[in-house]
Amino acid sequence: MTDRVIDTRELRKQFGSTLAVADLSLSVSAGEIFGFLGPNGAGKTTSVKMLLGLVDPDSGQGTVLGKPLGDRVTRGRVGFLPEHFRFHDCLTARELLRFHGRLYGLSGSDLEIRVDRLLARVDLLDAADRPLRGYSKGMLQRAGLAQALLNDPALVFLDEPTSGLDPLGRLLVRDIISELRDRGTAVFLNSHLLGEVEATCDRVAFVKQGRTIHEMSLARSGPIIDVEMRVSPVDGCLLEGLTAFGTDIGQVSDGLVRMRVESDAVLPAVSRWLVERGTSLYSLQTRRKSLEEWFVEVMGEDQRPG
Amino acid sequence: MPSILTIAHLTLYETRRRRIVTAACVCAVAFLMVFGAGLFFVHREQLREQRPFLQRQAVMSLLTIAGLYAVNFLSVLFAVLLPVDTLSGEIDSGVMQTVASKPIRRADIVIGKWLGHAVLVTGYVLLLSLGVMLVVRLIAGPVAVRPTAALPLMVLEMLLLMTVTIAGGTRFSTVTNGVAVLGFYGVAFVGGWIEQVGAFAGSQAAKTVGVVASLISPPDALWRLGSYFLQPEALRNIGAGPFSTASVPTTLMVWWAAGFTVAALAFAVRSFGGRQL
Repeated sequence: MTDRVIDTRELRKQFGSTLAVADLSLSVSAGEIFGFLGPNGAGKTTSVKMLLGLVDPDSGQGTVLGKPLGDRVTRGRVGFLPEHFRFHDCLTARELLRFHGRLYGLSGSDLEIRVDRLLARVDLLDAADRPLRGYSKGMLQRAGLAQALLNDPALVFLDEPTSGLDPLGRLLVRDIISELRDRGTAVFLNSHLLGEVEATCDRVAFVKQGRTIHEMSLARSGPIIDVEMRVSPVDGCLLEGLTAFGTDIGQVSDGLVRMRVESDAVLPAVSRWLVERGTSLYSLQTRRKSLEEWFVEVMGEDQRPG
Repeated sequence: MPSILTIAHLTLYETRRRRIVTAACVCAVAFLMVFGAGLFFVHREQLREQRPFLQRQAVMSLLTIAGLYAVNFLSVLFAVLLPVDTLSGEIDSGVMQTVASKPIRRADIVIGKWLGHAVLVTGYVLLLSLGVMLVVRLIAGPVAVRPTAALPLMVLEMLLLMTVTIAGGTRFSTVTNGVAVLGFYGVAFVGGWIEQVGAFAGSQAAKTVGVVASLISPPDALWRLGSYFLQPEALRNIGAGPFSTASVPTTLMVWWAAGFTVAALAFAVRSFGGRQL
């Protein structure tokens, strides 16, 4: 029995002459917080819609919670917050949640208890009985987040969940995502805010022009610590010797050498090795590569976020 | 089934805030006031001039049928404009994404909306028609107009238009859909007149054109059959009143219209089922 909650192979979708998704191939494990990154028009929202059955793929295969895409019963175990959450503004938040709860098959006191709990969790209890037309964008977004969690889903799709939220609201979303992880709920997160993704996700996929081009883990960092050292003299033996400690070794300028290491635990060994071989070490600094730098490196300078 | 009822319930619940419903109610009240005022003055004149009873009955009957014709007109607008954005508007605004991603069938969404709107449209037609009959009864007393057979036909007419509008909403934008459905009704309206004039003028070709138009767009044929049932026997025999029908649709047209409505609903379900959201 697979523990993959999402598994896709070469999903493709074209609208007229526009190729929205060329190749969506990825997998998400149970309980994983998965970030989906890409510039505007990269096909992120269309990808989510294919996974939810809102849009039919032209080709390729995929499963969600082990069932084919668009399976109706599976949608009962999935939550979804679209990018611009909208609903009939004559309803109150409480009525909105009751309506969506009934569509999940919930009713009676069970539904009422869940509604109250979620309204409190997203800090809308005070405004719960006011019509949505009087809500700020942030309040509306929080109401949408609550409706995505009504059925205690096994998998939640969040498309730009912090859109319109103030910093406290963003912290609330991060906390909720952490709680979902603790409960074993998988989260598929579309976001432009790399800081949000970096702070919450276990793994990310980069998508460019409708194609998944790179996946990487954030929980286990891999070689993303850049080391910069000022040494003398710099020669071929020095550069070759440093390959025992890391990768991507190169001389940037006179006396300035850069390399990448997996962990800062190797740094004492690097400095000891330099001193023992007679190399003068003037400075040694580390810099963890940010997700934004990864984004630019993977996407290219022309796809710089923001 | 619960999903259908949930969608229908939301449709009904929304109406308390929808401006189109408020406007329709204001129009209905204004119409009844104007109608009542006109009826009052005509009736008073008739009594003052001591017109014979049969003449007064004929005039009151014609005015009652005219009132119901106005009800028909207002109801056509309501039946088209109320549901015109129920699907297309929700798709455009993004509301539909959170609904359609729930564990419900696309068919449940369409049928639920159909059911909710059917209750509203039927209620509007019946209340407004009964309002007319009540105004007539209060002002002029009993009148020889029996709406019993006509009202179900008017309800079917509005349900047909409402269903075609919902079906259009699965494919067209709100404005395009509204124009298209009113155009669809226009075909029926013009076809009806061609058929009547053709019958008066003895032109079988014109009559045929009218019948074909009614098959393509049945709403007006339902009103004409209904207005035939509304008219007292005596007026039908005279054949000269403004709502006399020289060419009366048969009951086959009723079955055709009912089948048309079911087919339109089936199309709506199928079309929305394949719609990319």
